[in-house]
Amino acid sequence: MKFLDQPPRFLFFTGKGGVGKTSIACATVIQLAETGKSVLLVSTDPASNVGQVFGISIGNNITPVPAIQNLSALEIDPQAAAQLYRDRIVGPVRGILPDAVVKGIEEQLSGACTTEIAAFDEFTSLLIDSPLTAGYDHIIFDTAPTGHTIRLLQLPGAWSGFLEEGKGDASCLGPLAGLEKQREQYKAAVDALADGKRTRLILVARAQQSTLREVARTHEELAGIGLKQQYLVINGILPKAETRNDELAAAIYKREQAALNAIPEVLKSLPQDNVVLKPFDLVGLEALRQLLIDTPYHAHIANSSPINLDKPSLSKLVDGIAEDGHGLVMTMGKGGVGKTTIAAAVAVELAHRGLPVLLTTSDPAAHLSDTLNGALDNLTVSRIDPHEETERYRKHVLDTKGSKLDAQGRALLEEDLRSPCTEEIAVFQAFSRIIREAGKKFVVMDTAPTGHTLLLLDATGAYHREVTRQMGNTNLHYTTPMMQLQDSKQTKVLIVTLAEKTPVLEAANLQVDLRRAGIEPWAWVINNSIAATVTNSPLLHQRALNELVEINAVEQQYSKRNAVVAMLKDEPIGLARLLKLAGGL
Amino acid sequence: MKTIQVFDPAMCCSSGVCGVDVDQQLVSFSADVDWAKQNGAKIERFNLAQQPMDFANSKVVRDFLERSGQEALPLILVDGEFALAGRYPNRTELSRWASIVAITEIAPAGGCCSGGKCC
Repeated sequence: MKFLDQPPRFLFFTGKGGVGKTSIACATVIQLAETGKSVLLVSTDPASNVGQVFGISIGNNITPVPAIQNLSALEIDPQAAAQLYRDRIVGPVRGILPDAVVKGIEEQLSGACTTEIAAFDEFTSLLIDSPLTAGYDHIIFDTAPTGHTIRLLQLPGAWSGFLEEGKGDASCLGPLAGLEKQREQYKAAVDALADGKRTRLILVARAQQSTLREVARTHEELAGIGLKQQYLVINGILPKAETRNDELAAAIYKREQAALNAIPEVLKSLPQDNVVLKPFDLVGLEALRQLLIDTPYHAHIANSSPINLDKPSLSKLVDGIAEDGHGLVMTMGKGGVGKTTIAAAVAVELAHRGLPVLLTTSDPAAHLSDTLNGALDNLTVSRIDPHEETERYRKHVLDTKGSKLDAQGRALLEEDLRSPCTEEIAVFQAFSRIIREAGKKFVVMDTAPTGHTLLLLDATGAYHREVTRQMGNTNLHYTTPMMQLQDSKQTKVLIVTLAEKTPVLEAANLQVDLRRAGIEPWAWVINNSIAATVTNSPLLHQRALNELVEINAVEQQYSKRNAVVAMLKDEPIGLARLLKLAGGL
Repeated sequence: MKTIQVFDPAMCCSSGVCGVDVDQQLVSFSADVDWAKQNGAKIERFNLAQQPMDFANSKVVRDFLERSGQEALPLILVDGEFALAGRYPNRTELSRWASIVAITEIAPAGGCCSGGKCC
């Protein structure tokens, strides 16, 4: 593996949830520790199974791993870090300030930025010279801070006020206000990150077009701020031998090879390693030792009897949606789980039953929506491009509101506008224009604001003003979008996920966030399931068995109403394939 | 020198970019605060979401929140005494409180009304 060649002191693995960062990080530390290096593994994966892998319980303290000499591990739970941070700020005023005020503050501190900054604060101390880490040759992180966080910490203007005087202009650095460490510590941490002699960043991806595109964006963003030492690992590639007696495996193989051949230009110059999908579960030391080694392929799993998954199809779920004759349907989930496809399939199912449907998608490639437009008489398609909406919004704010600011103030405003909330808000504006249509027909959308955004906007009352403004005539009786979203008669939220551990946990967090805003998700859709297919491939069969665990977890812990959508051989584009995907035919 | 204290409503950014629409008042006021500080004024800003202790520690502010709620913020105190609430001050008001004598600002082209003296 190239990324393991003469590694510097710090290794960061980054990539979206479910690509296998933690497994690769675990395999890496085992390899390093067994060559006699003293190694610390730091996991911030919310679904961290590092303890399970090594057979001990770890938690928030550096813990030696008895099974491997020279290895210690530490788990940082970003949610818990954020909770601690909230308690530090809110705790002292509880009971002193009015309850409504305290609640408002807590919501302000419940966004993604707070979680990210709080987690960064936790591992700052591991990046600087200190007695705590002095004994380690290598410190391996299974995650990396985003470009937004690092840039904020690099901006000199962001710091004026806060950590020096303890007060002043807050900016988006606001969440840092409650942090305890000194400015020098943050600066030292950011310097260490940008130093190629000390830090190597390993981008982890799957052989999928969308994932590779996303990794290319991450690469450019982080390279742009000085993290130039980057390596690429493509994980879980299906070996050719699997395609022998199986059509689905052959289709997956073809799709993956096509994605690898069309790898984005900016990634081509990076040292690249390919990790082949293994026929075993990545639990236990022996399995992890094998992960980074190209063992000769043996199809040594006995192909046991086919899995008979007895789960409702998407079409069955649509029966329940269709009953009301109109309403808003939103698919929600992390990037890459197939929100757009599921939204399109629901829209097509509804329209196929003769119901009037407007499908609004953020489909980046537009080919899905293009093929549907005009496909059925009662189906219309519109698009919201999140990047376009965000750019337009940023430009508008800078031109109008930022025109009188000096260079430093403008730099700060520009960075604030790069925060994840900005995209949320830009998309929200497009969103609120469309949801009013849902009184007359079905509106199906693959974009939705998070519970956090809804609460913030609702709390400030800005939401209601925005609606009033858009309604124009204030004499009309109306319900606010918030009220509409909370009423399951009018709005149905479908949470989309994959039958894998991390994506299911991420979906569960989304559900918690929505419930905080008084919105109960109507159902879960488990997409791209191999367990719902018939396969002769031993590797895919093994993956299908793993999926069953997650599918049961969804049913038992998260949502009684759910549907499982099978992985298709062909890309789900066009009317016929979408109907097939929904399983109603 | 008098101290001007600004108690902002709960927001994640004082530049206000996190709202449904960026509040021009907030962007302008941030610029005004910067200007006044350069002219020697002593101004402190407190964000309810980030420094709630400063709200809790002041009886004037605490009582104000009890009485009028957080919707009535911002609240501006000068030397600890109530000066303004419900909106942000303009440069003229900041100048008066901070005793900034010479307003060095150049009036924008075409505007005769800047600085509060109307034509």
